[in-house]
Amino acid sequence: MDTVELLRKLTASCGVSGLENGAAAVAKELLSPYVDSVETDRRGNVVGTVSGAGPKILLDAHLDQVGFIVTSLSDRGFVKFDRCGGTDPRVMSALPVIIMGKEPVYGVISSVPPHLQSDDDEGKVKAAKDLAIDTGLSKEKLEELVSQGDRVCFVPQFDKLLGDEICSNSLDDRAGIAILIRTLEILKDKGVKPNLTVTFSVQEEVGGGAVNCAAFKADVDMAIAVDVSFARTPGCKEEEAGVIAKGPMIGTAPCLDHEMFEDLKRLAKDNDIPYQIEVMNRVTGTHADDITVVREGIRTGLVSLPLKFMHTPVEVIDTKDIEFCAKLIAAFVEEKVK
Amino acid sequence: MIDLIKELSAVQGPSGREEKIRELIISKLPDDVTYSVDNLGNLIVHKKGAKTPEKKLMMCAHMDEVGLIITYITDDGLLKFNEIGGIDPAVLVGRRVVLESGVKGVIALKHIHLTEKAEQEKLPKMTEMHIDIGAHTKEEAEKYVSLGSFATFDSDFVEFGDNSVKAKALDDRVGCALLLKLINSDLPVDVDFAFDTQEEVGAIGAYAAAFGIKPEVCVVVESTTAGDIDGVEGDKRACLLGEGAVVSYMDRGTVYDNELYRETMELAKNKGIKAQTKTLVAGGNDARSVKVTGEGARVIAVSVPTRYLHSPSCVMKKEDIKATLDLLEAFIENYA
Repeated sequence: MDTVELLRKLTASCGVSGLENGAAAVAKELLSPYVDSVETDRRGNVVGTVSGAGPKILLDAHLDQVGFIVTSLSDRGFVKFDRCGGTDPRVMSALPVIIMGKEPVYGVISSVPPHLQSDDDEGKVKAAKDLAIDTGLSKEKLEELVSQGDRVCFVPQFDKLLGDEICSNSLDDRAGIAILIRTLEILKDKGVKPNLTVTFSVQEEVGGGAVNCAAFKADVDMAIAVDVSFARTPGCKEEEAGVIAKGPMIGTAPCLDHEMFEDLKRLAKDNDIPYQIEVMNRVTGTHADDITVVREGIRTGLVSLPLKFMHTPVEVIDTKDIEFCAKLIAAFVEEKVK
Repeated sequence: MIDLIKELSAVQGPSGREEKIRELIISKLPDDVTYSVDNLGNLIVHKKGAKTPEKKLMMCAHMDEVGLIITYITDDGLLKFNEIGGIDPAVLVGRRVVLESGVKGVIALKHIHLTEKAEQEKLPKMTEMHIDIGAHTKEEAEKYVSLGSFATFDSDFVEFGDNSVKAKALDDRVGCALLLKLINSDLPVDVDFAFDTQEEVGAIGAYAAAFGIKPEVCVVVESTTAGDIDGVEGDKRACLLGEGAVVSYMDRGTVYDNELYRETMELAKNKGIKAQTKTLVAGGNDARSVKVTGEGARVIAVSVPTRYLHSPSCVMKKEDIKATLDLLEAFIENYA
């Protein structure tokens, strides 16, 4: 499938941490042509298995996205909420959202009009507690449809920017899922049949530890976590972010396997895949950290896609990077099979 | 009516660049009117009624919306901008915009993970913000944007809740829609309608429109800020959604004609039309210009209460739009 269409499908459904079933169903369907079997495990992870040659390798990308969660119902159709995951708090005012209630309920997060702002407020980000979702519903109707704990997501919107850049919500980490589907497609086209477990895991954004359970069950020899990382945006120092369209950011960190890091670098060079190095001095803040500590420990590598404006409704990636990442991971898997 | 508001709100037309919205409004004028466009771009429409009133009546709404103007293109292909009209920086970062050329962009913000705590609680100044259109060089960006060109919010029209609508530019395309509705009906008296330009940058177009029309009485048809959000009680709400048309006695630009204000509130009561006034002095509109032009005019403002004004997500209630239309019709009837 065309990468743009793949991303469009993957980002169209709501999957805020703990309520990934909609996104999971879409991802499962897209995964199934490339695996021998696919199941949804006890924690909600989508797990696909390919039985072939070589060591057992786990490839992981997370399904969930950041969003909000309903904390209480207020008067006049307003709903109080908090952030679910590390949603950027600066984007909340006057933002359209969908409450995943008994049925999807459209709403607009309030913004505070100028006459209600004091001079002290100028330029200050309003906290979630100072805002509320305006549903335009009567109290009775609201109570019927919405309850505490309901997840709230950004209104999905998919746009092409110039060149090969895509702007959408939830590209963190649906883009990772797209990379893995494309990886499997490349391997299939080449007739490579490895020993793979592919997990589209849940609750990454809230540290839910769901991938640990999938990795435990899969009992693999090594793993690669596929996530997004910081691409340079205005205000970023050159050394603190990667660059969009310049290929996979190959991670190195104390918790990551150094040999796999060297292998990934070598394979990128040998296959003319542009790449960048992402250096972290402790853990990585991705599922790689969780997978590493499963069972007797799992050697884990990290491949990240550069992304702009993380945890906002306007995350931006370049589709060329999807292809570069997929090629690199496919090359890694192929080499292990041989 | 709702379809008309949807169509009007979708058009790009920030202050000074009202060409497209004016063309659309002209295309919706009936055959029995005469119209002209003045030097500042105001669209003036004369509609004959059953009789000519003793005192000339003007009704106006502004065509322009708040937006952004491109001021600089960086070597990296990012666009710097400033506001056209008053926009809270809180509704800009992390939003999609559409450039004049139709190209979409995003108002950039630094990754929250890479910002210090103090910075996370502060919005960048507008002059420090950038629009990212996916260009990587100045040359690439220049194919799609030039200095002085504009951008507007990328926000669709949505009907939601029991009776609410959300869109960009409802301020004041709702007023334009209300005037069009009146123009396309039989009126008991002659009315001169003005679709004004440049309200958001200082009610500028209305000076010329009022000078051309020379009304004795003018009704400004607007949308006005409602502060009835969660947790706000009492007078600070200014006006309430669902409580009908807003008739103003005073705002930051105008002390309205006392007699007209009282008569109009009384008229609403007698006709059973939901109407309210503002519980604090806030905002301002074209009345400030109309009242001081030429020999002056007695002014009144009738507005639709609107939440999140000047944001990509203006929110109104359909019943308030209907009440405002009913009150305007009653006003003209009473004027005859």
